[in-house]
Amino acid sequence: MGDGGRLMLFRRLRDSIPLLPFFAVVAIFLIVPTVTVLIGAVYDEGGFSLARVQALFTETALSALSKSVLLSGSTALLGAIFGALLAWLIVTRPPESLVRRTVLSLCSVLAQFGGVALAFAFLATIGLNGVLTLWVQEYLGANLAGSGWLYGLPGLILVYTYFQIPLMVIVFLPALEGLREQWREAAISLGASTWQYWREVAVPLLTPAFLGSALLLFANAFAAYATAAALVSQGSPIVPLLIRSALTSEVVLGQSGFAYALALEMIVVVAVVMVAYNLLVRRTARWLR
Amino acid sequence: MTSLRLTAAVSAMAVLFAAGLTACAPPEKESTGEQTESGVKAGEATSAADFGGMEGLVAAAKREGELNVIALPPEWANYGAIIKAFGDKYGIKVNSVQPDAASQDEINAASQQKGKSTAPDVFDLGQSVALANTELYAPYKVEPFGDVSEAFKDPDGKWVNDYGGYMSIGYDSSRAPDITGVDDLLKPEFNGKVALNGDPTQAGAAFSGVMMVAVSQGGSPDDIAPGVEFFRKLKGAGNFLPVDPTPATIESGQTPVVLDWDYLNVAETKKLPSWKVVIPPNAAVAGYYYQAINSDAPHPAAARLWQEFLYGDEGQNLYLQGGARPVRADTMVAKGTIDRTAYDVLPPVDGGATFVSVDQNQAATKYLEANWATAVG
Repeated sequence: MGDGGRLMLFRRLRDSIPLLPFFAVVAIFLIVPTVTVLIGAVYDEGGFSLARVQALFTETALSALSKSVLLSGSTALLGAIFGALLAWLIVTRPPESLVRRTVLSLCSVLAQFGGVALAFAFLATIGLNGVLTLWVQEYLGANLAGSGWLYGLPGLILVYTYFQIPLMVIVFLPALEGLREQWREAAISLGASTWQYWREVAVPLLTPAFLGSALLLFANAFAAYATAAALVSQGSPIVPLLIRSALTSEVVLGQSGFAYALALEMIVVVAVVMVAYNLLVRRTARWLR
Repeated sequence: MTSLRLTAAVSAMAVLFAAGLTACAPPEKESTGEQTESGVKAGEATSAADFGGMEGLVAAAKREGELNVIALPPEWANYGAIIKAFGDKYGIKVNSVQPDAASQDEINAASQQKGKSTAPDVFDLGQSVALANTELYAPYKVEPFGDVSEAFKDPDGKWVNDYGGYMSIGYDSSRAPDITGVDDLLKPEFNGKVALNGDPTQAGAAFSGVMMVAVSQGGSPDDIAPGVEFFRKLKGAGNFLPVDPTPATIESGQTPVVLDWDYLNVAETKKLPSWKVVIPPNAAVAGYYYQAINSDAPHPAAARLWQEFLYGDEGQNLYLQGGARPVRADTMVAKGTIDRTAYDVLPPVDGGATFVSVDQNQAATKYLEANWATAVG
């Protein structure tokens, strides 16, 4: 390496200094845990072993995985559709509109309203002893809480959707705002109908952003833990709860290795979804290039 | 170019990462501690006599100045007050971390932070976790070790039961009719009202709850099946409420009937006067917690002083004031050193106490794993 090369290396090093804190955070909170999980899943009693990974194919683990995917997939879909519709309604209001600003602020708050507080809000409203349940029972004679549906998968879908929709609004709104009025005018002056404009201009432009947002919702729901932990008391219907049980059970001991395998499984699922997303976006955005 | 940039970035990251790790790691500490007067290291002392008596132990603990405790919720068995009383009495700073952690988390923390100054000094564990990890404990006999009957301690003092209680039914008398026994719970008035503290295949308290119900239904520690059967009926009647009870759910009326340890239920009566606690007749299932010293305790003398404090009259009475039954209660009653006011408000126990051994526990766990989910699912 000549002087020029050394100077270049020095410059590169100097230029990357501002990024150091970011690299540090990524290393400590992403790379190290991922590698730990990977090793923990296949390293047992001083050697390589696939026993822990094999345990992923037991009935309990497979059922938790399918319910997790169902929960994340359905709430991502519901959230994406309703969130996109709501975002579109917001965009059609003028920027200074009070309704628009109110709904937007509300969405910012609700998108972060998860965890124990949200679960408790639902329990106290439509749980078996919820305020609304008792009121409806007394005055209308109907039983809202039914057979305790709130404490299982249907309840989780409802509660998750509650924070997925506002999150979708927040992440999808910038894409909608990026649709320029001139494009619509250009399309119409070239003789396109409104339907044709949406089908051939707006929807193709928005598809990558829509898919990206839906992926974010999926990952958001897939990894959510506190809400489910506060809502579900019996059994471990989804993967994050199964990991909790494997790590902290006071009754069945020595399952921490299984927790590593489950965590690895979650990483794989998210990786698969991200690769699929990339392929989809590449396909749908090809004409933009 | 790209590879050069990558190399620079990666090496920068590696440097920072290494620096970060070192920065995060607390200083290594000599875990066996200083020499005591009798020449035994503090980490190997098996009684206060090894320190030349209580005064020597107090002095050694004060020199360490700190004590790490883990998984001690302030509301649980009066631990908030106990930690404060210990700190005030000896001027030792008590670092209480992860107050809401489970027993297994205590063991995990001890192995992950082994040799660090932040590792837990002492454990307070549920039965199955405690007995599965005895190789991690340092044997130590507190001064009143002889007061504790054989069933409640390891002969070498590796662990000693500290406090315990009986499985009870707590209920809000303003939202549910009076309860005298387990069978009452099947009545239609309890529709959607009966909660269990957790999943019995995961939480020790819920496990004992199912065991208590089993005993009341003609089962025994060897036969938990009648308990599972009862919950199946409870679920069928629509009375089972699958919510984990917390002080918040109890005070807001979300969990009007709760099967839990009597000390936890009794603690609620202070905040909710209409909360009543009953130990079902002839179904007194007892459960005691296990106190032990981490053999790699970063503050070995303070850990031992903590034991002396907990098993002394003062510590035992503090447990009692939190509604828990201290292990030395019987001798303290005989000696007249017990806090009578606190002792008299404990819910009465009818019939002999039932204890579940480790083997019985494992057999029952197997049965629960196979049958619980289908019974309440």
